[in-house]
Amino acid sequence: MKQRERLIEALLALSAGISVLTTGGIIVMLAVEAAHFFRQVPLGTFLTDTQWTPLFADKHFGILPLVAGTLLTTGVAIAVALPLGLIIAIYLNEYATVGFRNVIKPLLEVLAAVPTVVYGFFALTVVTPFLQRLIPSMAGFNALSAGSVMGIMILPLVSSLSEDALTAVPRALREASYALGATRLQTAMRVVVPAASSGITVSVILAISRAVGETMIVAIAAGQEPRLTANPLVPVETITTYIVQVSSGDVAYGTLEYDTIFAAGITLFILTLVLNNVGYWFRQKFREQYE
Amino acid sequence: MSNMTRNRLLDGAFRAVGLLATMLGLLLLAVFLLDILRTGLGRLNWQFLSALPSRFPERAGIYTALLGTVWIMVLTALIAVPVGLAAGVYLEEYGRKSRWSALLEINITNLAGVPSVIYGLLGLNIFVRFLRMGSSVLAASCTLALLILPILIVATREAIRAVPKTLREASFALGATRWQTIWYQVLPASMGGILTGIILALSRAVGETAPLLVLGVLAYVPFAPKSPLDEFSALPVQIFNWISRPQQAFSFNAAAAIIVLLLITFGLNGLAIFLRNRWRRHLP
Repeated sequence: MKQRERLIEALLALSAGISVLTTGGIIVMLAVEAAHFFRQVPLGTFLTDTQWTPLFADKHFGILPLVAGTLLTTGVAIAVALPLGLIIAIYLNEYATVGFRNVIKPLLEVLAAVPTVVYGFFALTVVTPFLQRLIPSMAGFNALSAGSVMGIMILPLVSSLSEDALTAVPRALREASYALGATRLQTAMRVVVPAASSGITVSVILAISRAVGETMIVAIAAGQEPRLTANPLVPVETITTYIVQVSSGDVAYGTLEYDTIFAAGITLFILTLVLNNVGYWFRQKFREQYE
Repeated sequence: MSNMTRNRLLDGAFRAVGLLATMLGLLLLAVFLLDILRTGLGRLNWQFLSALPSRFPERAGIYTALLGTVWIMVLTALIAVPVGLAAGVYLEEYGRKSRWSALLEINITNLAGVPSVIYGLLGLNIFVRFLRMGSSVLAASCTLALLILPILIVATREAIRAVPKTLREASFALGATRWQTIWYQVLPASMGGILTGIILALSRAVGETAPLLVLGVLAYVPFAPKSPLDEFSALPVQIFNWISRPQQAFSFNAAAAIIVLLLITFGLNGLAIFLRNRWRRHLP
């Protein structure tokens, strides 16, 4: 009996260990493959060269254009998702009735359940033509359209995490504010949101991390032209798009050209790892404590 | 205008803006679904569902891609569910407060935030190349299983945590061992939450495109997989392929395939919500 219990516990622990193996696998795999790359391309060049043209005759291996494309689409996404998500969170939490909230929240969650390849189609066939009517100079592939749609995708993430933060603010704080004659809006803006600011920050950090790692929307709608620019109207390429472009193309395995995807991959991994851990650390450190 | 009237006006204005913002999200969802239906519904018929892929848009169908998606869904579930459940049970019922479990905790939080293309790179190196599975159903299922593992573990833990402590104590008092308590009391009581988590995780796996592309899964596979080691295509990959083509006719195909994919993911999500509500009513 006792042995059987121990065996079961060992099996369960082994299963939990698979998640550690996965992390280890990712880190070792990226490090080993990227090492091939960095034996031929110095890290300094990789980080400072302003061109990324590994597949052309004149090869340049500067990651900056891909990073710029990633940050640009992410920036647009956050510019859409943060104000909208925060307003929704404040509205649902401070203004709306419980019944309204219970209907709307699951509906908003549907936005997060739509596969990203479907959002890509939406960006390319609906949002881009629509934006082109407003801004005729805009290219068919651009960061603005892809980023805005990505913003809609991460909207439920921002709104529900921010709402959790707002809900955690004790009622007494609100009532004290009302007692001083403040309106709902004044209470929300001057009392509740500041009190929940760390939770809201965490929601933004996690949303950034999600947008940085998102692949299909940008692969479909933002283009595949690495370009060091802050102009959201021209085609760019993100790190994720580049990885998909090369790995699903016909670049031969084992060549320097192929190893670039692991160099790009490790850059992406480090970016999201840092963001996630800053978010995690922020949540631990600044968790509001009210008695 | 007095301060008070101004503040009241601002307050009313924000109420309107808030309602508008909330509705904007839903409105976009509606526009988008209607557009997909308008574009794709005309193309969606039996021929489209049962035809093999083709380079002529009006002859092409999603038969092999649809079967491929069903294959990876089943196989991913078979691989990921036992491991995810076991890991969740271990973390919640056994490994508390040790340094090992603190490490596991941070690790799982981090894994949940790793972009899906990175899982694709991992699968490419480990399953496709090192274990020589090729771009097979098995390689894709193993990769997607790793991808949804953190979701499964978190869902299992939450479901188990909701089981009241008294249930465990009653079982221990009757002389049951730890595992007997888990197997006969805790798991049955938390089944609703666990099932919901499994279904949501699978719906995520079904829609994943990027890792499959990285693994080298092709859009044009003229046969349905017969074994886990066969090459295959999947709906999202087929959709991506059709979207990337310049001809208008392929975009109708893409929209029609999207309708099928959305039916699957929304169906799974609906099922999950239904199960959650049903079980919630059953618990004391």
